[in-house]
Amino acid sequence: MSGFLEIKDSCTGCGICVKTCPVQALSINEMKRAVVSDDCTLCSICIDSCPFESLAIHHLFGGNKEELAKYSGILVLCEMRNGLPDRSTYELLGEARKLSAGEKEVSVLVITDDPHDAPEKLIHAGADKVIKAVHESFEQFSTEPWNSILTHVIRVGKPEIVLAAATTTGRDVMPRVSKSLDTGLTADCTELRIDSESGMLMQTRPAFGGNIMATIVCDRTRPQMSTVRPGVMKPMEPDTSRTGEVVDLEVTAEMVKNRSKVLEFIPTAGDEVDITEAEIVISGGRGMKNPENFALLHDLAHLLGGTVGASRAAVDNGWIEYPRQVGQTGKTVQPKTYLAVGISGAVQHRVGMQSSDVIYAVNKDMDANIFQFCTEGFVGDLFEIVPALVKEIQKRRG
Amino acid sequence: MKFVVAVKQVPDTAEVRIDPERGTLIRDGVPSIMNPFDTYALEEAMKWRDELGGAVTVITMGPPQAESVLREAISMGADDAILISDRAFAGADTWATSHTLAAAVNELGDVDAVFFGKQAIDGDTAQTGPSVAASLDWPQITFVGKVRELSSKFITAERYVETGTQVVQAELPVVLTILKDANVPRVPSLRGKMKSRKAQIPVWGLSDLGLTGDETGLNGSPTKVVVTATPDPRTGGQIHQGSAEELASKLADLLLEEGGTS
Repeated sequence: MSGFLEIKDSCTGCGICVKTCPVQALSINEMKRAVVSDDCTLCSICIDSCPFESLAIHHLFGGNKEELAKYSGILVLCEMRNGLPDRSTYELLGEARKLSAGEKEVSVLVITDDPHDAPEKLIHAGADKVIKAVHESFEQFSTEPWNSILTHVIRVGKPEIVLAAATTTGRDVMPRVSKSLDTGLTADCTELRIDSESGMLMQTRPAFGGNIMATIVCDRTRPQMSTVRPGVMKPMEPDTSRTGEVVDLEVTAEMVKNRSKVLEFIPTAGDEVDITEAEIVISGGRGMKNPENFALLHDLAHLLGGTVGASRAAVDNGWIEYPRQVGQTGKTVQPKTYLAVGISGAVQHRVGMQSSDVIYAVNKDMDANIFQFCTEGFVGDLFEIVPALVKEIQKRRG
Repeated sequence: MKFVVAVKQVPDTAEVRIDPERGTLIRDGVPSIMNPFDTYALEEAMKWRDELGGAVTVITMGPPQAESVLREAISMGADDAILISDRAFAGADTWATSHTLAAAVNELGDVDAVFFGKQAIDGDTAQTGPSVAASLDWPQITFVGKVRELSSKFITAERYVETGTQVVQAELPVVLTILKDANVPRVPSLRGKMKSRKAQIPVWGLSDLGLTGDETGLNGSPTKVVVTATPDPRTGGQIHQGSAEELASKLADLLLEEGGTS
């Protein structure tokens, strides 16, 4: 974001705007005119206060080098789950430390009703500074307050990079912040690095269902913002000797203003596993033939501590529920181990699981696509192999 | 009620093949389709129109040939459509796209809700819906798996998040992004097909939207793509054949070694 606050000739020097400025950037000079200092964050709160319509904000793309150089450091948006920072936040902090190379300050913003010991944990995980925005209404994520607070913190702190997880939270609020600040946002990045020559953030992400990797820059505006795919970046080992600063953000009435409210939160039943979080995913496809046969996969998943996924064919046939669908119109998973059972491996399925560390496939059709890209393939009847496998694992475990 | 559905024409990835030798995408002759997620957005808008009365207008930003997805939407039951097309819109990132779409929604006027699909299958960003909401300064509900209630003042919807379901109530006008869970899209009717053939589809360009070339397309995009590459293709590994017991034993070796510890 860059731009300037214009003070038109119609200004009478009445001073009304001066009182509205949250960062004391406005003053009245000896010529009886309002003047604005470099502290102005272009927040636009003053605009409507002027009775003579003498104030206007002009946003500029293509901010000059001087303008871009005012931004420094990395800001991470913390996501709280059940009162604790989510694993994805630790991954972002690990990545932020890597990008900072010991030079950039890493801050983390926590928006919550109760931070518990999150600030300490976040500092141990790599943060130099924790900014807390605490309010009783912040128990559940809600777009507008999160947007107001994040844009405020960015306008005041001027970080050059802002990172959030590519979760339903990050992907909800970050595009809103990017539009509010007139700067770029790159979705669902899987690789970040700083270009040594330009100092720009090189943001790499899969597009076209993972068939193409695109590297994107935000060269004319700041901050450079990314949402980052969970499960890709590495958190650092917690270092309990690390120290940092904890700052309380004053939560204003403006920040809690909200035209929507969360009436209720219904947690997913305990026995349901989020397939995107599982380390082992065992998926069944058209070859499973009916819903009852999925019990075979559930048995196997139970033995291995994994969870059951499915191809679209199995879901469309009503054999298993949609939240377990892997692929283009379902979920993208990247477990340590993916076992595809009776799945042919069409591109729509492939794009949802090809980033798994290893892929094993059981299929009776030697020519199935899945054998073209799996790590190891097993040609045979799944109704013989899977029960034999369950028996074998039980035997080995005694 | 006045509903708008924003759709996108995308290449049909079902028809995309990967060159096995070079690992590149073969896009030649790949047909264009309506983004699959957008069909759920369209159905949801039409469902509530059928219940509450009003009209569903479908918009898309794209080249002249993107008109075909608008005709498809009309054949499915949309009331009318507008093609947002101008050379100045080409090369837009999500900032510039949402800026342009928001200008079109403002131009339509008195809109109660704008429906988007969860994301487009080519870009996969899921950013345009929330950015349009920001441009319009409207509330938004993303990842909607079910719309419970919709009235002239409020919407109550279920938002599917990682750990469960948020039941969210928001004031209208609102921007929604819709998941596949929400409904089963209807198929085009014969009457719809007739209507879509005859439909006049206006084209709105830069000046119709009161925009300048600096805020649209490539010029108006804060991000730019500098490199594209295909990821290292996975090549097929070892293929095992044999008796079920032999295969099960080999597979057990692999699974237990790869961290199946519990």
